Amino acid sequence: MHLYFFGMLSLSFLHKVPLIRSPLLPQPSSTSRLSPSLLCFHKPSFRLPSIRSMASEGAEDHRLKRIASTIRVIPDFPKPGILFQDITTLLLEPEAFRDTIDMLVERYRDKGISVVAGVEARGFIFGPPIALAIGAKFVPLRKPKKLPGEVISEEYSLEYGTDKMEMHVGAVQAGERALVVDDLIATGGTLAAAMRLLERVGAEVVECACVIELPELKGRDKLDGRPLFVLVKAA
Amino acid sequence: MGEMAVREEKEQDPRIPRIVSCIRVVPDFPKKGIMFQDITTLLLDPKAFKDTVDLFVERYTGRDICVVAGVEARGLIFGPPIALAIGAKFIPLRKPRKLPGEVISENYILEYGTDCLEMHVGAVQPGERALVVDDLIATGGTLCAAISLLERAGAEVVECACVIELPELKGRERLNGKPLYILMESR
Repeated sequence: MHLYFFGMLSLSFLHKVPLIRSPLLPQPSSTSRLSPSLLCFHKPSFRLPSIRSMASEGAEDHRLKRIASTIRVIPDFPKPGILFQDITTLLLEPEAFRDTIDMLVERYRDKGISVVAGVEARGFIFGPPIALAIGAKFVPLRKPKKLPGEVISEEYSLEYGTDKMEMHVGAVQAGERALVVDDLIATGGTLAAAMRLLERVGAEVVECACVIELPELKGRDKLDGRPLFVLVKAA
Repeated sequence: MGEMAVREEKEQDPRIPRIVSCIRVVPDFPKKGIMFQDITTLLLDPKAFKDTVDLFVERYTGRDICVVAGVEARGLIFGPPIALAIGAKFIPLRKPRKLPGEVISENYILEYGTDCLEMHVGAVQPGERALVVDDLIATGGTLCAAISLLERAGAEVVECACVIELPELKGRERLNGKPLYILMESR
């Protein structure tokens, strides 16, 4: 009976949360001189809450709202028609950046993950703090010819043509549990290539984690059933 | 006067030897004759990586630094953990056309030709105290460009911090008088 009641409370809590309409002049003074952009929707991504106190639900929602509100959308970058999700403005808000890392660390800290692989370049910003906090090693996945020494390479498709991603030989051992981190998932091509690199050396990819997902691009479908966790979905 | 985590009396922070031993030297990369100091092997040792970050954090905590600027790409690995720990914002300094929106640019000289570093307009406010972070200082050209970008935006660059210095290349002299703090010299 009380579970049903709590279930009702949870649903009503969800209904109270609005779609986040993020003004593209982030409010805090440190970013007040950023150029204005279009209004955009940023919807915090979260599942139905498990049975926890309402206080912790409120805290998580507050963190997600703040994270979403700090992301800046730049129209027509890198080319016309693309609405670029810029996380650099999140990095200008120490508490929002801290919350982003904390939420991911909370999710992964007790999962036996020994490798965090970050995709160049913005995966280098989010991956290492997570790795440090959970005691995992950090493995950079890079564009061709950046990593010195012996590498393995994985090709992946772009809209026009292909690109390559590289990982150091010997960085990851067979059987290690790995997390792949990037700032954003769009088509999923990059993350799928990252996963293949890790699996080729025998690692188990536990999950891919991104700050932002662009759901219409269906990147999730490219991940071969591997779970994807994101904090914010951008409409 | 140079600063590193080895004090003059040859007293060394006990965390340093492990950090040094983690650095891998790759000969003839990116071209013949260069002994490349590879920090990726440091990142594979969680304790050594944590110690590296801790050494910087201990130095910069409580010094009112509100900006950590990291130079693409390996400065993006070391800068953010330091920024998070000291409560500063993190600013990526990037190669051309990577940062979206309005940027300022600084050209700098390479051995052959020039390169360019960019920073977002509005990321830094005048008067803010800033730290520049990269994995390594060689000729100092990149760090010099980073300092220029921050100063053009009105920031006060307090120090440059790198894991490794290549002292023969005298990069320290190109930093516009800014102090340099390093953890080790090249292997």
